[in-house]
Amino acid sequence: MNRYSLWKYILILFLIGMGALFALPNIYGKDPALQVSPSRSAEVSELTEFQVSNALEEAGIAFKSMDLGLETLVIRFNDEETQLKAQSVVTESLGNNYVVAINLAPATPDWLAKFGAEPMFLGLDLRGGVHFLMEVDMEAAIAKADEAYMSDMRSQMRENKIRYKTITKNKSGSGILIRFKDENERDSGDELISKNFPDLDVSVPESNTDEAQLVAVMKEQVVLDTQKLALQQNITTLRKRVNELGVAEPVIQQQGLDRVVVQLPGVQDTAKAKNILGATATLEFRLVDEDHDPQDAVDGRVPAGSKLYRERSGFPILLEKQVMLTGESIINAASGIDGLNGGPNVSITLDGRGAKRMSHATRDNVGKRLAVVFIENKIETVEKGGELVQEKIIVEEVINSAVIQEQLGKRFQITGLDSTKESRNLALLLRAGALAAPIYIIEERTVGPSLGQDNIKKGFDSVKIGFVLVLLFMAIYYKVFGLVANVALALNLVLVVAMLSLLQATLTLPGIAGIVLTIGMAVDANVLIFERIREELRNGNSPQASIHAGYEKAFSTIADANITTLIAALVLFSFGTGPIKGFAVTLSLGIISSMFTAIMVTRGLVNLIYGGRRIDKLKI
Amino acid sequence: MEIQETRFNFDIMGKRKLAAIFSGILLVAAIASLAIQGLKLGIDFTGGTLVEVGYSEDVDLPQVRDALINSEFKNAIVQYFGSANDVLIRIPPSEGLDNADISSNILSVLSGTGQNIEMRRVEFVGPQVGEELKNDGGLAMIYALMGILIYVAMRFQMRFSVGAIAALVHDVLITLGIFSVTRFEFDLTVLAALLAVIGYSLNDTIVVFDRVRENFRKFRDLTPVEVFNVSLNQTLSRTIMTSLTTLFVLIALFVFGGEIIHSFATALIIGVLIGTYSSLFVASPVTIALGITKEDLMPVQKEGAEFDNMP
Repeated sequence: MNRYSLWKYILILFLIGMGALFALPNIYGKDPALQVSPSRSAEVSELTEFQVSNALEEAGIAFKSMDLGLETLVIRFNDEETQLKAQSVVTESLGNNYVVAINLAPATPDWLAKFGAEPMFLGLDLRGGVHFLMEVDMEAAIAKADEAYMSDMRSQMRENKIRYKTITKNKSGSGILIRFKDENERDSGDELISKNFPDLDVSVPESNTDEAQLVAVMKEQVVLDTQKLALQQNITTLRKRVNELGVAEPVIQQQGLDRVVVQLPGVQDTAKAKNILGATATLEFRLVDEDHDPQDAVDGRVPAGSKLYRERSGFPILLEKQVMLTGESIINAASGIDGLNGGPNVSITLDGRGAKRMSHATRDNVGKRLAVVFIENKIETVEKGGELVQEKIIVEEVINSAVIQEQLGKRFQITGLDSTKESRNLALLLRAGALAAPIYIIEERTVGPSLGQDNIKKGFDSVKIGFVLVLLFMAIYYKVFGLVANVALALNLVLVVAMLSLLQATLTLPGIAGIVLTIGMAVDANVLIFERIREELRNGNSPQASIHAGYEKAFSTIADANITTLIAALVLFSFGTGPIKGFAVTLSLGIISSMFTAIMVTRGLVNLIYGGRRIDKLKI
Repeated sequence: MEIQETRFNFDIMGKRKLAAIFSGILLVAAIASLAIQGLKLGIDFTGGTLVEVGYSEDVDLPQVRDALINSEFKNAIVQYFGSANDVLIRIPPSEGLDNADISSNILSVLSGTGQNIEMRRVEFVGPQVGEELKNDGGLAMIYALMGILIYVAMRFQMRFSVGAIAALVHDVLITLGIFSVTRFEFDLTVLAALLAVIGYSLNDTIVVFDRVRENFRKFRDLTPVEVFNVSLNQTLSRTIMTSLTTLFVLIALFVFGGEIIHSFATALIIGVLIGTYSSLFVASPVTIALGITKEDLMPVQKEGAEFDNMP
């Protein structure tokens, strides 16, 4: 009685072996590292390797190793301090064509890595970093699309000699309002829009004026497509910006219909990350209206074709309403120092279309002033009717205005920036491209590197101490059987770590708490079995029969109890966010593996110790 | 048939009136506190900004507070977090502040006081996100309870299911009540702990019910109250053992896990204590009160089964 067949032992040993193998990389941990990857046309080669090692040697920075991969060069260091120092050295030596990102590279030995074994993936709360939840301003995306339709309509109506009074946003509803001279003109306008703008629904609005009007509204499907496209474009732009920031293993993910999750592990300068990611900063080039007095405009008399702006110094300035060029035409931008006055500048390269427009416009306007407008969206909380709501603010400033000396072309410079930091950020933003629609941070969770370290240490301390307490208690209370349960508990821990590593599930601080909790609860199955065995013994059954009955009878109880806990964990997983999900994952994995260790493994051990022979007394 | 020997022989079910009064008082107090002063919700649910700043040496709170109040943060709430060189600053959602910049501005104000500081943690939750998290949290709780109700009803019987859910609602309400009375902060991690408490408390209850089912079949001439009593006594040492081991690890987590995990560990410790009590004194009495009989748990007799053995 109480003997396990050989295949069961083989199965147990196999699972334990696999568990140990995949848990092993965690012992080696991770090295602070730099990851060099090419941006644009450059490539990583032996030359880069040579360049980097030379630069590091010159700066007197020691590194552990350097691995040249297919597309990246990974340099490992002994500690974070050298890693940070090295980052600035390497960035400087390689210049603009490479992204030098801070990273944690697994220190797994090669033979282990061959099995695909990797250490656990640490969450942001353990390794430090930023988590942003961003929301795309869909209203603005739609407004922008309307804007484009409006300007198309204006030029097409002019071409077709249809006389309209104005084409504006429909203030009393959605869509575009077109006012015509008379009904004849309206009918031909109606025909034109229906023919050339299949995306729009045109109708005659009900209004109390006699004026001939039309309202054009985007079709429902078109609105949906526009929103989808805006989200996709924003994600693409965010990716580029994150690459420019130099972050290894970033996460940029769509969430729902209008949100994006961005996670940047290891980022230390969160203020910069925030500014760059959320920045909707873009440039517009407009001619200065020299014919009117800005002071009149300040007093409320703004000329029809112009718009009032402020310079950085606060002086009012009038600019023409028509935009000469927007930031979208920019294909490259680099920050530098102006040769003339030594101030920071940004050199800009335009695409073909932009260059054509620029040269066209500047040719006819030599001697006039050209202004560069910096536009940025911000969000503020304001009180409205007793409730706090978030309101968008658009900041528009003229960063400089200079006399056009000659016809401008593909390349030119802008000056008038406050600092080199500003010129660098502006160049980065112009390079990465503008966002299709403004995007706002609606949730941020940032953990500094030192707190991450603390969290890991404290988390593992509590795992260790809780574990030892339970081990002692079980050994004292259940003697030999307690020791058996302890072996199972230790294995359970190894298996949980192995599964986490294998799945590359993110380990978070609540996740560690989940592991701690599973340690407490995993022994439950053994407690149930052992109490049952004791009961059977008290009832006068033989030791062997008691062991058999104990395992048999406790099984359905254990299954029921664990399945209900799994239901709770599952709900937690589907509703939880970030760290909470981590808790649900470790709790579920712990429950599942404890079913195996607490039932099969302990039974195997008990059978080895007591099985198949006569015993008078059980040490339980 | 003689009742088999058990290690314990307490008249647990005999105390059910007393327990009902005790639970009743606790529940009324909990609900009253929740209704009157509610929970002290963390920024996960209210929205707002939280910044944890580490100083290289001990720092005076009034000094930090003054620095913030003298800048744009008039309603900053400042407190120590774990030690005297770790400060937690909360800014409720307020007018005229640019959300994305709040944390960076706080850090620049504080580093302007000439002390060596380090950003340890920033959490910013927009008002609409807070609202969503609140709704999702409530929904999670309801879905978990419903899933469990269905599973227990399937595996046992509806009356057991109601008994188990009664115990869970009891545990959740009282834990919430304690958080309300003590003004401990209620955030996302506490919500997660509460769901874990549901799982744990249910674990306990299921173990008892499993034994009740077995005993109903075994001791046919005992009354339901007696069956429950025997079952509770038989599982008592297991109930205590598992609660103890779980409490051990939770105390380890509370003491060594750091300030950040405190409210989580607190909720679980309270929950485990109440969950243990409720599986003894709430789940079983409610099931009895619903009129459970042994017929409810007898395996359904196959029709015509008794004729099978006839020649």
